[in-house]
Amino acid sequence: MKFRKSLPKMLIHMLFILFSLACILPLISIISISFSNESDILDHGYRLFPVKFDFTAYVYVLYRPLQILNAFKVSLFVSVFGTIVSVLVMAGISYSLSRSDYKFKNQLSFYVFFTMLFNGGLVPSYILISNYLHLKNTVWVLILPYLAMPWFILLLRSFMQKIPHSIIESCMMDGASEFRIFAQIILPLAKPGLATVALFSLLQYWNDWWLSLLYIDNEKLVPLQYMLYRMMNNIEFLTHSSNALPSGVTAARLPSESARMAMAILAAGPMLAVFPFFQKHFVRGLTVGAVKG
Amino acid sequence: MKHLQLSILALPAFLLIFIFSYIPMSGIFIAFKNINFVDGIFHSPWAGFDNFKFFFTSDDAWLVVRNTLLYNVVFIVVGTIIAVLFAVLLNEVLSVRLLKFYQTVFFFPYFFSWVIVAFMAYSFIGPYGIVTTFLEKQIHTSFDFYTTTWVWPILLTLINIWKGVGYVSIIFYAGIMGISQEYFEAAAIDGATKFQMIRKITIPLLMPLISIMTLLSVGKIFYSDFGLFYFVPREVGQLYPVTQVIDTYVYRALKVSGDIGMSAAVGLFQSVMGFIVVLASNYIAGKVDEENKIF
Repeated sequence: MKFRKSLPKMLIHMLFILFSLACILPLISIISISFSNESDILDHGYRLFPVKFDFTAYVYVLYRPLQILNAFKVSLFVSVFGTIVSVLVMAGISYSLSRSDYKFKNQLSFYVFFTMLFNGGLVPSYILISNYLHLKNTVWVLILPYLAMPWFILLLRSFMQKIPHSIIESCMMDGASEFRIFAQIILPLAKPGLATVALFSLLQYWNDWWLSLLYIDNEKLVPLQYMLYRMMNNIEFLTHSSNALPSGVTAARLPSESARMAMAILAAGPMLAVFPFFQKHFVRGLTVGAVKG
Repeated sequence: MKHLQLSILALPAFLLIFIFSYIPMSGIFIAFKNINFVDGIFHSPWAGFDNFKFFFTSDDAWLVVRNTLLYNVVFIVVGTIIAVLFAVLLNEVLSVRLLKFYQTVFFFPYFFSWVIVAFMAYSFIGPYGIVTTFLEKQIHTSFDFYTTTWVWPILLTLINIWKGVGYVSIIFYAGIMGISQEYFEAAAIDGATKFQMIRKITIPLLMPLISIMTLLSVGKIFYSDFGLFYFVPREVGQLYPVTQVIDTYVYRALKVSGDIGMSAAVGLFQSVMGFIVVLASNYIAGKVDEENKIF
């Protein structure tokens, strides 16, 4: 009896442990490769655990980190600045939309929602941004298009609708302006919602390669993800002139396989580091988003 | 006064949406023009439906539309089944610590960008990859994944589900948590088995959520995850027959071959079809049950 009861449980855990492994192993494999010796890789192929630990890839990648440092700075600026501004911009419109006594609520909701149903396509946006707004090869092109995301706006509106209207009303009785109510009452009360949207936004900015793929040619403005993409087929552009290589690394034997993976770790690392702290907010965001708006 | 202030609060987002969503919508006329750089987009000659004709009479048209739709159908069907299964099974995990562990780990892949996923895939199936090496050493077959077309439909499906299932299953899990415990207690008193409870209580009560999620995906059936189809197969031309989708096709027509008119035409086709599909699926869902409608 006891056995019959525990067998399905065991199957469930086996399934979940297998899938957990599937989620973790790819990360382990790129970490392991980044710490592998280039000749071990050529002889034995990639391994889940390095034959022997070797830091050449990191020495090589970080020896003259100007470009990487620059890409890191671009990514960091875009992510942090973009997230802060986008949360403020979206909180503003979400608050107005959450007010049932706002005159233009329905029209404005439709205005936001319609962009989720229909869009002009890639080409008109591309021509607008590069030929008319002249944003190509500026850092702003990496930020502006994602500032007001309709999905996040509707998410944030659902959060704000849960704030009791009586609070807002009593503030209005006391003669507070809408701006004051927004800044001093709504923003603090909507903090969990703002945190959720901020996290989504941060993830979107940090992981974005799309805008840089389209609009960035300037080496100085290449963010990490795009740099990583360009290294996929070609590590050489990281190579400085060969006399600037760290000792022990020669141009003929660049640790290209492991260096690529070391770069991937540097690009994925920061998000993985913040991830556990925010998981709670993330799950909450998903569940609110699933409720129809 | 109140309305003015609320409008001012909404203004920045209003303007951004206007610039980046509504102005491009007005640019759909580009699809009907024969664009050249001398005349610019406004003064280039009209081309009628030539851009569309050019695309639909090419072999690519059938290929990219087929790929886009087939992949999406497979992703929706397989993805939903697995996500619901995971959610139901997660509900059977009683240990809070294990539950948290699973949820956290299943979420991992969601946090990687497609570029990084492409590197991860490469570390398994690239020339020195773990799987490739294994096949070579143990089974003595050398297998080049990046030139073999038949494996990619399977690989892309697996990778897509691997990346998204944690996310979707947590939404469904939250839905299950919302089901009143009383139903299960009553069923248990009547001697229902676990399996019966899942079939007769959990799944039916989860159905509205499942149909909303499916509807959302069906509405995007003409769109694909660009990164999955562009980075993961490493842009290998030989694989295009199974990896080229509308989004990558439009991008390549614009950025690689510079065919602005055709790229715009295909993009417009995608937008219009997407729009029709959203309206249709919402309408049908509403027919079945008013509750299922999204708007």
